[in-house]
Amino acid sequence: MTEQLSGAGEAGSFPRPGKWQMAKVTEIRRETPNAKTFRLDLPERTAFLAGQHFIVRLTAPDGYTAQRSYSVASAPDGSGTIELTVERLPDGEVSSFLHDVVMVGDDLEVRGPIGGWFIWRGATPAVLVGGGSGVVPLMSMLRLARLRGQADLVRLVVSVRRPGDLYYASELPGPQTTIVYTRATPPSWPRPAGRLSAADLPVPLNPDATGFICGSSGFADAATAVLRDGGMPVDRIRAERFGPTG
Amino acid sequence: MTFTRGFHGRRARDPRLPPGQYDVGSDWPVLTAEATPSLPTATWNFNIEGLVEQPVKWTWDEIRALPGSDFAGDIHCVTTWSKLGVSFQGVSVDTLLAAARPMPSASYVLAISHTGYTTNLPLADVTGGKAWVVWDYEGQPLPREHGGPARLLVPHLYFWKSAKWVSGLRLLDHDEPGFWERNGYHDRGDPWKEQRYQGD
Repeated sequence: MTEQLSGAGEAGSFPRPGKWQMAKVTEIRRETPNAKTFRLDLPERTAFLAGQHFIVRLTAPDGYTAQRSYSVASAPDGSGTIELTVERLPDGEVSSFLHDVVMVGDDLEVRGPIGGWFIWRGATPAVLVGGGSGVVPLMSMLRLARLRGQADLVRLVVSVRRPGDLYYASELPGPQTTIVYTRATPPSWPRPAGRLSAADLPVPLNPDATGFICGSSGFADAATAVLRDGGMPVDRIRAERFGPTG
Repeated sequence: MTFTRGFHGRRARDPRLPPGQYDVGSDWPVLTAEATPSLPTATWNFNIEGLVEQPVKWTWDEIRALPGSDFAGDIHCVTTWSKLGVSFQGVSVDTLLAAARPMPSASYVLAISHTGYTTNLPLADVTGGKAWVVWDYEGQPLPREHGGPARLLVPHLYFWKSAKWVSGLRLLDHDEPGFWERNGYHDRGDPWKEQRYQGD
């Protein structure tokens, strides 16, 4: 979620947040040493669009609450379930609780979907650029494209520090995806470790594509410059930045 | 009330924190969705237009020559972080409006940024010592990524109302939703009432 962005472009209609609901945790998967995916069954079968996020609220017996916003990683497939991938932050009150305490069968209070800007409806070409955990909403878009048999609409470039940091490592690689390692690569990886550059973008860049960038503020600035230098008009670039959320 | 199994909360709750917010500590998350603009102060300006007796435009030097005003307190982002005990330095919106003289029919403002961002506020939320245009944070020039050279500051509302890179205020006789407000966020955004989204 964002504090502010420019007025360029309009999103049209999109699903709005409904009431708080009690979701059931039906599956927990480890993505990396610091990230887990939680599959939640929504009793309201809430519809959402790829790129939107949900809020998770924890409530203590004395009424104290803590809540955080997490992007949906799964495709909007009409199943009434969502998958949230949560990075465990060192001092994260909510993320560490989700990682250390929550088990399959627990109930979690959620509300969503949130966001009407950083969304992809699955019908137009898109270039997705994610840094680290910023890949989460982009994975929802990639999964939607593959689910619909229109994987060619999407190109995903994901930047991670080292191989163990890649989310969805068994599912993400494919003809639509490029993985950029900035610090260390797998053995005999063709590209040396280094920062994202225009050389990592799909060639040619589809002139009709919308750019979706998600990552830290520094990454988003750098990726915006890379897409711009690669020939994408700035008004076709949407970026979702995040700072620390615990 | 429904409890979360096993959750007790980590810390005593600071009474300065509105419901659903947490203390971000010394961090200041940067949460914008656009490239950070570079706005040279030599060509920067700020204007008040719309339903006023006297539309006014200030240059960087002119606005900084106005009587200064500081804010010390807390800021609250709708993404659930709050930053407690911060200070900003700038000019009160009251000072700016006094020069432009709002017409009696003016009841809302649309804050506009140099980037094209907009956000709407009731006029009453930016008058009476509740809003500023600020250029210093903790005594230092406001960093670009936080809205420098100058941003609007309306600290009693969620922080998306405090438009970064602000270029002016347009006074209106009706509420005209800004960017986030058209995209599902609340028209007023009072953190103490948790007015996060339309319908809250």
